[in-house]
Amino acid sequence: MNLVLDILSWVCLLGGAIFLLIGAIGVLRFPDFYTRLHAVSICDTLGAGLVLLGLMVQGGLSLVTVKLLLMFYFMIFTGPTAVHALAEAALQGKLKPLVNDRES
Amino acid sequence: MEYLIDIVLLGLLMITGFAIVRMRSLLAVAMLTSIYSLLSASLFVVLDAVDVALTEAAIGAGISTILLLAAVALTTDEEQAPRHTPLLPLIVVITTGAALIYGTVDMPHYGDPASPVHRHVAATYLHDTPGEIGVPNVVTSVLASYRGYDTLGEVTVIFTAGAGVLALLGYRTRRRNSRGPGNRKLVVLRVIAKLFFPLILLFALYIQFHGDYGPGGGFQAGVIFATGFILYALAFGLGNAQRVIPHRMLHIMMAVGVLIYASVGIESMLLGGKFLEYRVLAEDPVTGQHLGIMLIELGVGITVAAVMLIIYYGFVSQQRSGDM
Repeated sequence: MNLVLDILSWVCLLGGAIFLLIGAIGVLRFPDFYTRLHAVSICDTLGAGLVLLGLMVQGGLSLVTVKLLLMFYFMIFTGPTAVHALAEAALQGKLKPLVNDRES
Repeated sequence: MEYLIDIVLLGLLMITGFAIVRMRSLLAVAMLTSIYSLLSASLFVVLDAVDVALTEAAIGAGISTILLLAAVALTTDEEQAPRHTPLLPLIVVITTGAALIYGTVDMPHYGDPASPVHRHVAATYLHDTPGEIGVPNVVTSVLASYRGYDTLGEVTVIFTAGAGVLALLGYRTRRRNSRGPGNRKLVVLRVIAKLFFPLILLFALYIQFHGDYGPGGGFQAGVIFATGFILYALAFGLGNAQRVIPHRMLHIMMAVGVLIYASVGIESMLLGGKFLEYRVLAEDPVTGQHLGIMLIELGVGITVAAVMLIIYYGFVSQQRSGDM
C-alpha cells in the first residue's frame, strides 16, 4: 500500500514538475504577451496543483494535508484570476494580440 | 542536498539583485524586489527561521510591493538616467562591500555551537521558556516577553512611520466617491475578491492567535489583515473600502494598538511587577504570561494593520483617478 501511495505521489510530483518546466519554457519561447500568459497559467494551475496533490498523498490523513488542500483551493482560484486580470489590463492598455495574418 | 538548495537560492538572489540594478522600468523593479523578498523568505525557511520567513513573505513580497507600486503610480515609472559619473558611487560601494566581506572573516562558522549567539542569553531563553512562559513557539516568547521592550520600540517605530506618512502625504478627500474602474470588466476579480476577503481576514486572525504555537504573531497578522482590505480596495475602489473601514478610524486604531501594548506594561506595574512583567497579570504566572503575550500581540496587530492601510490610503488618495 505504501509503495502504491509513494508511486502515486511521485507521479504527481514529477508531472507537476514537468508542467512547471513546460510553462517556464513557454514563457521564454512564446512570441507575445497573451501566449506567454497562457504558459504562466499552466504553471499556476497544473504545475503547482499537481505538486500540491503529490504532497497531499505523501502527507496522508493529517493536518498537513488539510493545509495543503487549502493551498490548493487558493491556487486554483487565485492563479486564473491573476492571469485573467493581467490579460484584461493588457487589453485595456491597448496591447494587440498577435494574430496570424497569412490565413486572412 | 541542502547545500544545493542554498546555492540555487543564493544564485537566484544575486541574479535578481543584478537585474534590479540594470532595470530602468520602476514597475519591473518593484516586481523584482518582490521576487527578491520571496527568495529571501525561502532562504529563511531553509535556515529554519519560519517566523522571519513568514514576515519576509508577508511584508517584503506582499505589502511592500503594493506600496511600491502605489508610489510608482504617483511618479513616473521610468528611472532617470544618472547625471553624474558612476565613479564615486562605485568606489564607495566597492569599499563598503570589501569591508563587509572582510568583516565576515571574523564571524563564527555556520551552526558553530561555540559562537557567542548560542552561548549568550539564547540558551537561557530556550531552557526557561517551557517552565516560565509555557509557549511552544520560543520566538514568540522571546519577542513578546523576554524582549518586550524591544518590541514596544518596534511598534512605536511603525506608529511613527505611519504618523510620518500621514504628516507628509496627508489624505485627500474627494467629493465624488470613486466607484472603481470600469464596472463590467472587473467581474471576475470582484467575485474572487469577495470570496477571498473573509478568508484572508480569517487567516490573519489565525496567524494572530496561533502565534504562540506556530510561526506568526501580530506583525504578520496585521500585514495580512491590511492586505485583505487592500484587495478589497483594488477590486471595488477606494471609496467602498473606506465605507468598510474609514480613514478616521485608522487614525484611532493606529494609536490604540500602541496604547494597548504600553498599558499592559503599566497594568503590570500597578499590580506590583516591573514594566511589561506579565506574570503578575494573573494568579498563575504562566497564565499571566499567556494573557500578556496575547494582549500585546493584539496591540501590535492593530497598529501594524492600521499603519499599512494608512500608507496605502495615503498613496492612492493622491492619484487623480483614485484607482489603482
